[in-house]
Amino acid sequence: MELTVTLEINEKKHVLTLDSRTTLLDLLREELHLTGTKKGCDHGQCGTCTILLDGKRVNSCLILAASADQKSITTIEGLSSSNSLHPLQKAFISHDALQCGYCTPGQILSAAGFLNEPWERTTEGIKEGMSGNLCRCGAYPNILTAVQEVLENQKLLNPQKASHS
Amino acid sequence: MRAALSTLKFLEAGSLSHAFKIMKTHPGIMPTAGCTDIYVSLNFGTLKVREFLNLWGLSELRKIQMKGDYLSIGSLATYTQIIHSDSVKKWIPMLIQASSSIGGMQIQNRGTLGGNIGNGSPAGDTLPVLAAAEAVVVLGSTEGIRRISFNMFYTGYRKNAMNPEELILSVEIPRIKSQQWYRKVGTRAAQAISKIVMAAVLSKDPEEQQDPRRIRIAFGSLAPTVIRAFRTETALAENGNITEAQKTLLSEIQPIDDIRSTALYRQTVAANLLAEWWGKVSPRSLIKS
Ligand SMILES: Cc1cc2nc3c(=O)[nH]c(=O)nc-3n(C[C@H](O)[C@H](O)[C@H](O)COP(=O)(O)OP(=O)(O)OC[C@H]3O[C@@H](n4cnc5c(N)ncnc54)[C@H](O)[C@@H]3O)c2cc1C
Ligand code: FES
Ligand code: FES
Repeated sequence: MELTVTLEINEKKHVLTLDSRTTLLDLLREELHLTGTKKGCDHGQCGTCTILLDGKRVNSCLILAASADQKSITTIEGLSSSNSLHPLQKAFISHDALQCGYCTPGQILSAAGFLNEPWERTTEGIKEGMSGNLCRCGAYPNILTAVQEVLENQKLLNPQKASHS
Repeated sequence: MRAALSTLKFLEAGSLSHAFKIMKTHPGIMPTAGCTDIYVSLNFGTLKVREFLNLWGLSELRKIQMKGDYLSIGSLATYTQIIHSDSVKKWIPMLIQASSSIGGMQIQNRGTLGGNIGNGSPAGDTLPVLAAAEAVVVLGSTEGIRRISFNMFYTGYRKNAMNPEELILSVEIPRIKSQQWYRKVGTRAAQAISKIVMAAVLSKDPEEQQDPRRIRIAFGSLAPTVIRAFRTETALAENGNITEAQKTLLSEIQPIDDIRSTALYRQTVAANLLAEWWGKVSPRSLIKS
């Protein structure tokens, strides 16, 4: 069954006619060729397909595009709006928070969601908050350092906001 | 792409009464909430349903609120919502522990309490909490609303007392004047389906000391459904002898060998969990502390 959905993807409106069984993940990769979002398991287990849906992190492999009608989506391609990289992207590069890089877009989107959530800004809090993203290469220590650095910089820039959370 | 799937049909519930009507007029249709269970089974090809009713837009089913002397949690409340709810924290903190142990944040942002109940896996992490809390499930359909005790809800492996056209609307949690305890044993701390879950309450209220229901113990993954260990509760209430109670427990559970664990492991851990909890909360240790 074909149906039409309207999605705002990386701040651009798309009106799409698609098969009702298409997941957001397949839509992004196969139809829109936004291949930054990866497919690891297709079962909600690994987090490589993490995107922001209305600002909240979700596994795009577990969401049907049809059920996301009228929603806004951010993928790795749209995380930085200007030509400069998002602070998380910079931190992942400077801390070498990856090896093969397959999990990285999901890690970064998940961390972007984490920054907006009321987690404790501690090592344990980051570990717990990032536990939905697996890294087969085991880059966890550097991923943790990268996220910590962005949190530290956030605190410096906006001490009030950081102390609230 | 999903070659295994044939055409699927998705209907959208505009309002609750609309949803009730669709459930009535489309036999075999499956309601969907966060889809964190449904989509996995669709993907595996084990789910044969072809028609779905999306409830996600029904924000009235997402409310968490005090209603007189009980807490009402809407079926569409997500784990994230539950974890950050002050009322849940005050009323039933063990539900926060259970919710925090479910999946990663991506799952907690979508997975719902109603979905955990509807899915009815014996390993569902919130289910022992609802059993120990003696929660009430509120169901609705075009016929009206009815309430059923959570402890009467499951009738067999993944079978429940709902009529096909009914929806889960909310869960009502009565006041628990007791110490609450929750423990999940899984392969790793996060993202792991449990091998065993135990939730228990023990009332310290002097007025309730004669009430046999002051001790309530529930387990997940030890039987085809979540279970209350009623005979173990009685044994502990009668004499507080933990060794006897462990024996009683082993006689009333029927764990199985499966891909996640063995029956022997589950029996051993269940008995150990019981002792761990009792060691922390039993009247004697309360006096000591
Ligand atoms: C990676 C991963 C990790 C997970 N980890 C855990 C875990 O640690 N512990 C755990 O317990 N579960 C876990 N789950 C399972 C799942 O997330 C939970 O069971 C969740 O609560 C399901 O909620 P949902 O809203 O996604 O349900 P859905 O998938 O939308 O629905 C599940 C079932 O409930 C029915 N249903 C849903 N809402 C209603 C309603 N209002 N009325 C009637 N029927 C309804 C549906 O028809 C369906 O049969 C995990 C899943 C994944 C993918
Ligand atoms: S591909 Fe979605 S969680 Fe693995
Ligand atoms: S960098 Fe290879 S999986 Fe994470």
